[in-house]
Amino acid sequence: MSVVTFISHDGEKREAPLEEGASLMQIAVDNMVPGIDGDCGGEAACGTCHVIVEDQWIAEVGRSGPVEEEMLAMNPEREPTSRLSCQMRVSESWDGLVVRLPEFQM
Amino acid sequence: MTSGRALIVGASHAGAQLAASLRQEGWAGEVVVIGDEAALPYQRPPLSKAYLAGKSSLEELAIRKAEFYDKQKIRLLRATVTEIDRAAGEVVLSDGETLAYDGLALCTGGRARPLAIPGIDLPGVFYLRTFADVEAIREATASGRRAVIVGGGYIGLETAASLRALGLEVTVLEAAERVLERVTAAEVSMFYERIHRDAGVVVRTGALVEAVAGDGRAGEVVLAGGERIPADLVIVGVGLLPNTELASEAGLQVEDGVVIDDFASTSDPKIVAAGDCAIHYISRYGRRVRLEAVPSAGEQAKAAAATLCGKERPISALPWFWSDQYDLKLQIAGLNTGYDEIVLSGDPARDRDFTCYYLQRGRLLAADCVNRPRDFMKAKRTLGQGLDVDRAELQRPAAS
Repeated sequence: MSVVTFISHDGEKREAPLEEGASLMQIAVDNMVPGIDGDCGGEAACGTCHVIVEDQWIAEVGRSGPVEEEMLAMNPEREPTSRLSCQMRVSESWDGLVVRLPEFQM
Repeated sequence: MTSGRALIVGASHAGAQLAASLRQEGWAGEVVVIGDEAALPYQRPPLSKAYLAGKSSLEELAIRKAEFYDKQKIRLLRATVTEIDRAAGEVVLSDGETLAYDGLALCTGGRARPLAIPGIDLPGVFYLRTFADVEAIREATASGRRAVIVGGGYIGLETAASLRALGLEVTVLEAAERVLERVTAAEVSMFYERIHRDAGVVVRTGALVEAVAGDGRAGEVVLAGGERIPADLVIVGVGLLPNTELASEAGLQVEDGVVIDDFASTSDPKIVAAGDCAIHYISRYGRRVRLEAVPSAGEQAKAAAATLCGKERPISALPWFWSDQYDLKLQIAGLNTGYDEIVLSGDPARDRDFTCYYLQRGRLLAADCVNRPRDFMKAKRTLGQGLDVDRAELQRPAAS
């Protein structure tokens, strides 16, 4: 089974099965990963599904697009590899992906 | 108390979140969500947007997949609750069955406000609240070409944009002098009227609808004064009525919603409520507010779940809203009620992106941000932290 690991701000790890084609936000919500709210249901309207992709994965999953960029720009916890997980369409090749969660979702 | 049975009435956004949050907070007993619709709990906001425009499926609307509920041992029960018997600690279903509860959550939402005019029951007249409503509207758009929308609020305007995307001729009839009158400044209303007119929508304000006429089916909308507007389909979006009957019949405190405290408790400590049906005192605004918004439903549901598990997690998040029309994303931070001044960044009379800030005695209350996500995120932060604002700074688009 392919998995993705979410690491909370406190360092707690949560693994979830990867489901090709779903958004990473949906996977987090379906697996009750604390710290990902996804208030708007995946419209890139709320910014409450912010994750920080581990550096070694960013080439594979890609950087934030223009819409995400606008939403993330004002976020004080923003890092170069920040993404909105609702905009990340999961691929099988992401098996082993690790993302970190910010302390707060805005 | 985290064993026993938690009953959630309403398979809504609030209900689905409450069930998940109960598990997160450690409720070990049964969790039953009672809903009267055929589908898994689903996202309502896309109904008037992407779903109506045919850009998403019912499966994609599901908030969580069926496996989630199986795995979390959350039972989804399709039934209608007709009564809460607080003395016995049980609810009565429409088939006469009773279900006992140890904790009860009311997430009963609301229903489209009915328009009491002649002809409203004719085939071809629709409300828009459930996926079944949208299915019916979509079916009607297959043969009908002319849509008349009664109500220029967010639902009406989003519907207008979606129906234009489907290629229909669209007329919006608003009784007030401008669209969105209840919720935005005149500048924002004028902006949306311009956008819709540019998209080919006929926007009529000050238009009082007196009747729907037609021979066995809606064919015309009749205005006060006698003017008749041809219509193949009529969609009514004139607001929402909270479903509070169960609560008031059970003797709970009810105003324009089931009254809840900061922990989502009703006047009965064994009963919580969340979502469109609930009204909550928000100290930031100094009054009770009933919010019709997914983020608030989620926030209240989390507080309610904690309360049922004997924990304290107050409702605290800033209310916010969004609306998609055409290529425009409106994001609203806070509530603007009581504003005495607006500050504009950008020109709503000309641009397709701007922010309208609402101030009260110099303090920021709310912001309507059109295609300005940065301004929105900044306003959210400013409002969340109670930071002071500088009018000149507000007028400049937020930069990173």
